[in-house]
Amino acid sequence: MIHIPLWKTLLTVAVCLIGIIFVIPNFFTREQLDHFPSWFPKNQVVLGLDLQGGAHLLLEVDFDGVVKEQMTSLMDAIRNTFRKERIGYTGLSPKKDFVTLTLRNPADLEKATSLIKQVDRDLEVTSTPEGVMTLRLNETAMQERKKSALAQSIEIVRRRVDETGIAEPFIQRQGEDRILIQLPGLQDPTRIKNLLGKTAKLQFRFVDTSVNAAPGLVVPGSDVLPEERDGKVFYYAVKKHTIVSGENLVDAQPSFDQYNRPMVSFKFDSLGAKKFGDATKNNVGKLFAIVLDDKIISAPRINEPILGGSGQISGSFTLQEAQDLALLMRAGALPAPLKVLEERTVGPGLGADSIAAGEYATVIAILMVMAFMFIAYSFFGAIANIAVIFNLILLFAALSLTHATLTLPGIAGIALTIGMAVDANVLINERIKEELRLGRKLLSAIDAGYNRAMTTIIDSNLTTLIGVGLLYQFGTGPTRGFAVTTSIGILVSMFTAITLTKQIVAWWIRWRRPTRLPI
Amino acid sequence: MGLQLVPYNTNYDFVGKKNIVFTILIIVGIICLASVFYHGFNYGIDFKGGLLLEIRTRETTDIAKLRSDLSGVVLGEVTLQEFGAPNDVLIRVERQPGGDEAQIAALNKIKEKLGQNVDYRRVETVGPKVSEDLIRNGIYAVLGALVAMLVYIWFRFEWQFGVCSIITLAHDTIIVLGLFSLFQLEFNETAIIAVLITVTYSINDTVVIYDRIRENLRKFKKMPLSELINHSINDTLSRTILTSSVTLLSLLGLYFFGGPVIAAFSLPIIVGITAGTISSITVSAPLLLHMHLRPDQLLESSESK
Repeated sequence: MIHIPLWKTLLTVAVCLIGIIFVIPNFFTREQLDHFPSWFPKNQVVLGLDLQGGAHLLLEVDFDGVVKEQMTSLMDAIRNTFRKERIGYTGLSPKKDFVTLTLRNPADLEKATSLIKQVDRDLEVTSTPEGVMTLRLNETAMQERKKSALAQSIEIVRRRVDETGIAEPFIQRQGEDRILIQLPGLQDPTRIKNLLGKTAKLQFRFVDTSVNAAPGLVVPGSDVLPEERDGKVFYYAVKKHTIVSGENLVDAQPSFDQYNRPMVSFKFDSLGAKKFGDATKNNVGKLFAIVLDDKIISAPRINEPILGGSGQISGSFTLQEAQDLALLMRAGALPAPLKVLEERTVGPGLGADSIAAGEYATVIAILMVMAFMFIAYSFFGAIANIAVIFNLILLFAALSLTHATLTLPGIAGIALTIGMAVDANVLINERIKEELRLGRKLLSAIDAGYNRAMTTIIDSNLTTLIGVGLLYQFGTGPTRGFAVTTSIGILVSMFTAITLTKQIVAWWIRWRRPTRLPI
Repeated sequence: MGLQLVPYNTNYDFVGKKNIVFTILIIVGIICLASVFYHGFNYGIDFKGGLLLEIRTRETTDIAKLRSDLSGVVLGEVTLQEFGAPNDVLIRVERQPGGDEAQIAALNKIKEKLGQNVDYRRVETVGPKVSEDLIRNGIYAVLGALVAMLVYIWFRFEWQFGVCSIITLAHDTIIVLGLFSLFQLEFNETAIIAVLITVTYSINDTVVIYDRIRENLRKFKKMPLSELINHSINDTLSRTILTSSVTLLSLLGLYFFGGPVIAAFSLPIIVGITAGTISSITVSAPLLLHMHLRPDQLLESSESK
């Protein structure tokens, strides 16, 4: 008699039953599940975009842009400080990730250094005796800023995607500078890409009407920016000073003006309202420009002071454009531009076909394997087949429970897992046969078969898990889908192929008390 | 009674024939390597970047006409391929010069040209930067897996076993890469998966045989090494063949019934597993003879040099 302690038997049965319960929800639709009792598990296997259909975008945060912008603002800060402290310098210019300048009087070096440290204490200052100074951010500060820029970007991306009302978006950091976005069910990601392609830096600035702006013209203290209106491009010189920026907005909504043309209504917070009120009070009759990412959306005249903190932007918008602008204003500006590295969309038709083909192929594969096992080992083959079925049940239960994603390569992983799961039983059965041939009695042969095969199974499965683990570590979406199903499958097979089959054999022996092995 | 698929008392002389087998496998390996170096790979969109569209048209597609239509609107090479059904077409377009805007513009032109009666089943655009990362990560994954397995086997067995298994795995990897190169199969991210599956599967077979060698080394202290290795291979032969057959069966199911995407994915795995099984039997174990497994023991004059 093979002795298995009662607690182990109960545990084995319990695991199988729990597996069955967790697989059941996959056979019902969401609506049907709503009628199930509340204690019943409702998790279903999450299908990857390749099976479900949808859009996948991989974005990269342009950190060079962030750094360059920081260098420019650093330069402005130094210019102001040095002017105030009357330190003479030449050649102040921002480079890729550092700023250089030359002091007129090298004796100012010490004072200049301490002033720079006051501007930003994360700056590293190197200098030559001739007074040439190089300022750059130290490595940790740079990493910190990149990290926070990425985190902030993800937050803004999430807000923008959420505002569009797309269901169940999946947004995740990937590597050091990438954001992965998965939008199940979305067929055409053009609008999302447009929304994410804008940094949406919004500024309210005065227009310098003293010059006739033209592209390429250099106006001191101003930028020449374009405005597109009715298919034509107009240019304005816009003062560099920002009255209020998008950070002071609390709300923005699309609406219609009295002629029923789409426009955007917005509301400032109290600080923004005060700044804007003061500026408009003193400049009635002048033009100001609403600038979004260095393009003018609208350049209205200030007819009267705008004190209430709310206003409207009317340009030549379509309704969609007004909606998108309002959305961008609400969601806030990205700290850096985003670049689309990769875009993949799968139609629902292909997804459904892939599932159907995958299911069909997997069922055929399983049936062939089961037939093969039965031919090879008859009764013990049948036991191995029960183990295969429970392997699949527990695999899907684990997938449902952990919200792991099933992808097309994942389906291939399942087929491969079946082969590997059966391997344990092949090893055990071959070993039992061998022990019988060596003249052992039936029960001791079975016992020895299981025990001896054990080391081999553990060694071979662990090496496989090592390989699969690395695949998960280095792979992207589809590869990971494969790694997930295979590794869960292998882990589960250790239970089904060994513990479960041994239990069944033990029951069979108790019931039949065989003397010969039908193997 | 079950059918005895593989006779239990086999005694094939794998070790004795090892020089012939090694020669054949080295030649095959050299052919594969030569092809990889001279032919290179037919890199797919994952590596090369570019545009890919899978479309379904109402009627059977006139591929020649479609090709001439499309080569007018985009730059570079356009390849079309019937994909699964006569009205399903896979369109591949080289990466357009310029940034993201250029890719999107090309995509819009293609959509315009194809008109309304087309169902877009899949649309992908991939930039070159992703590809670089993919190649780097792929190499890391394969090398990382090899090293980790080497360490594990070293730890569980002896270093000789580790070295021999890595040589075997390198051989299997070369065969799968050679398959991609020789037949110019599309080399995508899934190709790396195929290589890794081959490696993980082959190590499985190898470990089972090594396990038996380890056991027999303890059991038969006096048996000449070549005989012992041969004995161990034959002991596990029926398991090796059975398990491989089962796995191949399920993969063949995927290949024939899983649709074009899964079929393209399963083919290299089928070849890789076959190669892995053969090399586990004929290379990984006989190679141990060259490794001074029992330095203090009698080395047979006939086999070891």
